[in-house]
Amino acid sequence: MDYITTVLVKNGLVVAFLVTGIVTYCSEYLSKVLTNKKIPGSAIAIFTGLVLAYIGGVVTGGTKGIADIKQLSGFELMGGAMFRDFAIVSTAMGASFGIIKKTGLAGIVSLFVGVILSFLVGAIIAVVMGYQDAASITTIGAGACTFVVGPVTGTAVGASSEVVAISIAAGVVKSILVTIGTPFVARFIGLNNPQAAMIYGGLMGTTSGVAAGLAATDPKLVPYGAMTATFYTGLGCLLCPSILYILVKLCFNS
Amino acid sequence: MLIRGVALLAACFIIGQLSGETLGRLLHIDANVGGVGFAMLLLILAQNWLEQRGRFHPEMEEGVMFWSKMYIPVIVAMSAIQNVRVALSSGLVALLAGIIPVLVCLAVMPLLSKLSPKAA
Repeated sequence: MDYITTVLVKNGLVVAFLVTGIVTYCSEYLSKVLTNKKIPGSAIAIFTGLVLAYIGGVVTGGTKGIADIKQLSGFELMGGAMFRDFAIVSTAMGASFGIIKKTGLAGIVSLFVGVILSFLVGAIIAVVMGYQDAASITTIGAGACTFVVGPVTGTAVGASSEVVAISIAAGVVKSILVTIGTPFVARFIGLNNPQAAMIYGGLMGTTSGVAAGLAATDPKLVPYGAMTATFYTGLGCLLCPSILYILVKLCFNS
Repeated sequence: MLIRGVALLAACFIIGQLSGETLGRLLHIDANVGGVGFAMLLLILAQNWLEQRGRFHPEMEEGVMFWSKMYIPVIVAMSAIQNVRVALSSGLVALLAGIIPVLVCLAVMPLLSKLSPKAA
């Protein structure tokens, strides 16, 4: 039976295509039968992906979700940064440059508001939960931005590895929440046009969460949200270990 | 013709990634600053430029559209490789720091929307 595993591992990417196809098909079926298409099939598929990731993590104890199961290791390539970014860029085909230019300023403002607000709220939570040193507070605040900003900041300010792990987890929680929550809040925050999508991308910043959440809401909005979100992590990595760290230090290092 | 579209996408992607990495280095941060965003802008501009010159073949568009349609499956695969177990088991601080900032940002979203001129 070993040769079956060998074949699956050797053709990992193709196996991932197959499994993803099956998951998507089942999700569309469930969406039609159970929810009368009220919850989009893509939202169910993405949620199923997260459940699979949890199962993979529990079964193997690894960090790469379902890709830690040897036969499904092709998911690491298919769901990795290269394919993700390549597919996101392709969605720009047909996007309106006029709209992007017109919303540019609001997009930039939303980026700064998104990073600073997430950082402040994250930092306040860290303080409330009993963290007293500037490095830990800053790192957890940075983790509230994205799961890249957290560890980058933690390394820069010299936080403990436990705090860095918390900051990564906070970022992952955020990206999962945005993925699942976007289709549900879209109606209440007016997220139904390209301008709003650009602002949403700048505010939330987690590229994977925004892109997946918008895909489940309305695929036409994806390029606009992803466009601003892609600058968020960079801005976070710029602001958190510098200006924001200095501010936290002024408040907490007597 | 199909491969020209894929190649155009690939060119925009690589140039965008290089710009993002370069910008990151110039700013002395170890991160890709807006690589995907630059690539998207390049693709939009390249498409316009080729269309104006009548060099944009419909089959080229198909080469890009394939990837555009593969986007949701790729996102499904991406969610399947997240470290969900750690996110759920890292305790209260991580959960709160992940959830509350999102809620606060959602609350200011309508305010920021007023900043942008609505499309007619």
